[in-house]
Amino acid sequence: MTRPDPHITLLPGAPLRLARCHEAEGPGATGFALALAAMLDGPLLWIAQSWTPEQLNPVGISRYIDPARLLLVTPKDQDDALAVAEDALRAGAVRLVIVEVTKPLSLLAGRRLQLAAEAGRTTALCLIPEGAGSNAADTRWHCAPVFDPADSTHARWEIIKNKKGTLAAFTVHWDEQTRRISLVSPPGQ
Amino acid sequence: MSKRVVSLWFPRLASDRALRVRPVSGPFALTLHERNTERLYCLNSQAGAQGLSCGMGLADARAICPDLQTRPADPPADARFLRILARWATRYCPWVGLDGRDGLSLDITGSAHLVGGEAALLDDLHMRLTRAGLHVRSGLADTRGAAWAIAHYGKGIAPPGAARSSLTDLPVSALRLPEATVIALQRLGLRTIGELLDLPRASLTRRFGRDVVMRLEQALGDQPEQVSPLPDPPRFAAQMTLPEPIGLTADVMAGTGRLLEQVCTRLAEAEAGARALRLTLRRVDQASCEVELRLARPLRDARRILPLFERGVSAVDAGFGIDQLRLEATRVDPLPAQQLSPLRSADQDTLNDLITRIGSRIGLDNIRRFLPADSHIPERAFLIAPAAYSDPSGSWVALRPRPLRLFAPEPIAGQGPRPPRRFRWRRMSLSTGRATGPERIAPEWWLSDESWRTGMRDYWQVETRQGRRLWMYYTPQSPGWFVQGEFA
Repeated sequence: MTRPDPHITLLPGAPLRLARCHEAEGPGATGFALALAAMLDGPLLWIAQSWTPEQLNPVGISRYIDPARLLLVTPKDQDDALAVAEDALRAGAVRLVIVEVTKPLSLLAGRRLQLAAEAGRTTALCLIPEGAGSNAADTRWHCAPVFDPADSTHARWEIIKNKKGTLAAFTVHWDEQTRRISLVSPPGQ
Repeated sequence: MSKRVVSLWFPRLASDRALRVRPVSGPFALTLHERNTERLYCLNSQAGAQGLSCGMGLADARAICPDLQTRPADPPADARFLRILARWATRYCPWVGLDGRDGLSLDITGSAHLVGGEAALLDDLHMRLTRAGLHVRSGLADTRGAAWAIAHYGKGIAPPGAARSSLTDLPVSALRLPEATVIALQRLGLRTIGELLDLPRASLTRRFGRDVVMRLEQALGDQPEQVSPLPDPPRFAAQMTLPEPIGLTADVMAGTGRLLEQVCTRLAEAEAGARALRLTLRRVDQASCEVELRLARPLRDARRILPLFERGVSAVDAGFGIDQLRLEATRVDPLPAQQLSPLRSADQDTLNDLITRIGSRIGLDNIRRFLPADSHIPERAFLIAPAAYSDPSGSWVALRPRPLRLFAPEPIAGQGPRPPRRFRWRRMSLSTGRATGPERIAPEWWLSDESWRTGMRDYWQVETRQGRRLWMYYTPQSPGWFVQGEFA
């Protein structure tokens, strides 16, 4: 008999396995990462290569999580970024490691992250350019904000790869009071 | 055997030090900003010969001596230099102490014969110091007080037991008294120490307090005064030499572990923690490799530091083998004993170890955290500080919606104070679905920031029909539209 993997329910019907490597792409990926960070407590590591111009803004982030939880690591290139991510995942000192990836991930790199995540019982999330993910990832999400004349917080999250489940799409919005993501309408196809 | 003390006085210590670094010819002075004026702090001999004196205003000095060259003084560096001299002086005797700002005292009791007697000792000392470009005056006597008096006001060596006779002709200021007391004594017509010695001590005490009599007795040797030597700075280092060279990572790690135990024990005694460590591995062929380790927090727990060395040690090329290991804590911070709280500290420790491990790969300064800053300018509302040298602090408030990402402003085509209906940004055609604003932010005029030269900004939250939610601003003072951030 196998024990069910520890997971969190990000959305009803979309359990996310902890201690695995997940991927998010699209213009709403930062929001996805922060929503995930809000569900896990404790310090988290955000690895972004030092040359990337799009800086995190802690003031904006404070509507999702306390920026004091965040450690910002800025390696000089992707090789260092992945090596640092692997170190951090294996150490098990944080609950969540977020890596901003700029070049396509190889299967080998993805597999290494996956093994490190399992060894350190730490969850990893790669923010990838569209279509640059690795086949080793547990799930891959496409996230984009949705224009809605009535509400300015809607986003569409789509599972576009899932090793242990079905694909689905959700329209969600961030609830600032409860600091949780909530479903706007039932999952579509 | 009576005590013998040498007093050294460097009357031009500061300017000698400055001129050793970069010599000049002609009159020269160091200046110090004091009570709103530049004043002369220390002169060379040519400047003194021109009639300048210490404490004189720089403007006056220039009037007297137009070709005076000056440099700013650096008293802390002078103090460091004096400590170096004190260390050097231990070549004559082990007991060397600082004497004021520009002097040393050496207790040479029983060590003068090692350099051929007292006169030879003083000759050697003068010769070496003069060759180093330092002006020095010295005195040798039975007591520290008498030696000081001879160095400053007299000449030569007072033979053993002759402290009293050598002092009688010297002025009262040779007694290391405060200036006010010296002036008061001179007003009474007491000019030399000899005149002071003839007076009854009791009335001296009554009139001038205990200082005068104390200094007098110290100079005569009736009251003891020690030369207190400088303590050796504690060194946190250990080394081992091996009978057989080793080469395996595991062996080197085992050796490092033993050295680490010793260093950490010493650190614990001093209530200190290592912030940086250097492991030097000497190879059989006399080459040596160094492994540097910078820690995120001061540590003195050998079990925690050792694994952090693994990465560096495994990268070392052992060649034909390593036969000497040396470990030194190159930077040490105070680390007082703390009560452990089992709840929090374990998590904190693993996190600090992680920071150290990542730091050994990409540099400790590349792991940072955000700290709130007090500014309404969006890009100044936070600071980024190295995580190893800061603690999370402060509270974060976003009174108005702020984007999750900020970037350098990117210009877009647009006219008028309202966001353009259609625009192109990053090769995307976007159309405005809803715009919220404006929120006017004025530049902080007391700071000069190139990117705020365009004046105040009217910020808009623009939701495009294509989904992207942008943070844009309009600059009314020099019309233009820019995208500076993105929500979601």
